[in-house]
Amino acid sequence: MAGVRAYGLIAGMWIRSTMAYRASFAMTTFGSFAATFFDFVAIMLMFSRVRALGGWTLPEVAFLYGLSAVSFGLADLVIGSMDRLGRRLRDGTLDALLVRPAPILAQVAADRFALRRLGRVTQGSLVLGWALTRLDVDWSVGRLLLMPVALLAGCGIFCAVFVAGAAFQFVAQDAAEVQNAFTYGGTTLLQYPPTVFGRELVRGVTFVLPLAFVNWLPASYILGRPYPLDLPGWVAWTTPLVAAGCCALAGLAWRAGLRSYRSTGS
Amino acid sequence: MDDFIVLEEVEKVFSVRRKTGFLKRERHEVRAVDSLSFTVARGEMVGYIGPNGAGKSTTIKMLTGILTPSGGRLRVAGIDPSRERARLAHRIGVVFGQRTTLWWDLPLLDSYRLAHRMYRIPDARYRENLDRLVELLELRTLLDTPVRQLSLGQRMRGDIAAALLHDPEVLYLDEPTIGLDVVSKAKVRGFLRELNAASGTTVLLTTHDLQDIEQLCSRVMVIDHGRLMYDGPLTGLHEAGESERTLVVDLERELPPVDVPSARVVRVEGPRQWLAFPAGRSAAPLVADLAARYPLVDLSVREPDIEAVIAKMYVEKAVS
Repeated sequence: MAGVRAYGLIAGMWIRSTMAYRASFAMTTFGSFAATFFDFVAIMLMFSRVRALGGWTLPEVAFLYGLSAVSFGLADLVIGSMDRLGRRLRDGTLDALLVRPAPILAQVAADRFALRRLGRVTQGSLVLGWALTRLDVDWSVGRLLLMPVALLAGCGIFCAVFVAGAAFQFVAQDAAEVQNAFTYGGTTLLQYPPTVFGRELVRGVTFVLPLAFVNWLPASYILGRPYPLDLPGWVAWTTPLVAAGCCALAGLAWRAGLRSYRSTGS
Repeated sequence: MDDFIVLEEVEKVFSVRRKTGFLKRERHEVRAVDSLSFTVARGEMVGYIGPNGAGKSTTIKMLTGILTPSGGRLRVAGIDPSRERARLAHRIGVVFGQRTTLWWDLPLLDSYRLAHRMYRIPDARYRENLDRLVELLELRTLLDTPVRQLSLGQRMRGDIAAALLHDPEVLYLDEPTIGLDVVSKAKVRGFLRELNAASGTTVLLTTHDLQDIEQLCSRVMVIDHGRLMYDGPLTGLHEAGESERTLVVDLERELPPVDVPSARVVRVEGPRQWLAFPAGRSAAPLVADLAARYPLVDLSVREPDIEAVIAKMYVEKAVS
């Protein structure tokens, strides 16, 4: 709780800092929206040539895209600046955070909090909304309930990836790009149906780095499609558990990283 | 007097990897702090000096809970800093001379408001402290100015105020006067003296400026290679290092080296001569003596710097 409070205080300061440059804020927010918008335009262009991608129609792919974009967008908004930890380690400014009476994870997560990242969430929500109007889903209570659960759990999984990536920066201070490969790379991967990828990759994304739980599994369940690995349908419901497990592991990695920093100072 | 800061045989060993070839790394240990023991009583004002890489910052980082010691016992206000970092944070203030912790794009006051809430300072006490600090550090007219527009001296004063809003019992200052002009240095020193006298705040400062120590600290600790080399008053350090001040005199014309009993000429360059004399002694009689016997145009006194004092101290030790 102390962490949430500190997070709020620091994020608030960053919002005020950004508002010192209003024009720049407006432009970067629009830029973030536009960049992700063209991201989806690329998918639409692809569908002007083909009827289906790996057996999935445009509204279905848009559904995947929306789930992934909103989950990732929320995680990116909340703790997306954690990849700046490496810079703080290099220039020694992490020490200034360590002498404040607040948890370090919260302080680092709120570092450079950027409201412009709402651009991505907005775009993702629009795509998700459009997909829902075009899809003919047989809405049972379970399917309806899985929607918000999947979005929140997906956000949790991406948050865990961000935290684990930051923890790795304690060891390798210029590893921000590695982290980006899993976060930005991960969300791009999830925009396409699992059926277009090789079995090995799908297996890895399901069992090793469980990004598949962000949208592939929940979407397969909601749309009533078979999952390429022949997993039973109820597996989609383990999404919150998977997310909790990821967060726990990331938390442990963070603690180990911080402990190593405090014993080596570099 | 109670011992507010206690170090007993504190050690900090870093394991450093050095590249010895392509993909080949060699590990070796660096002892940044080696069996360091000292105590600081509440209300003391101590100068902590030593050359770069001597272990000063490592010690400060252990005292503030940033780094975990590899061995020994360390207590600040009865708290083990590395174990209870956040609890300790309420009782200490830290100023990093070269890095501001103020919010760059926001008015100075905003940084103080954040401290108010983050440290959970009761409203009445916050207002009282802010008022007092703003008055003493002459920040009144700067409160609405974005920090990026402040001068280095103003920013340093702003940083010091930020570190003191929560009434810390000890203030750590890392190079508080570095890069400041003479007037700003005087303001900072004057404030620290007053803070220590009025609130009894314990102050530990690292510096490269001997005048900081001279004007502020009754006690100085010298550390090098992670070990305490000297602990006592500044005058004693001068004696231990037999340090010398330099009097630079400009004569009306080129003359052979001047001959005065209390100083020796170390360098002659045209009409300018450099005279060394013991740091503990006043320059006045020497100047009077010179002025009476030689045609002086101008003169200035140079203080010994810390590195020179410490270097001399080693030479003494090696000889004895």
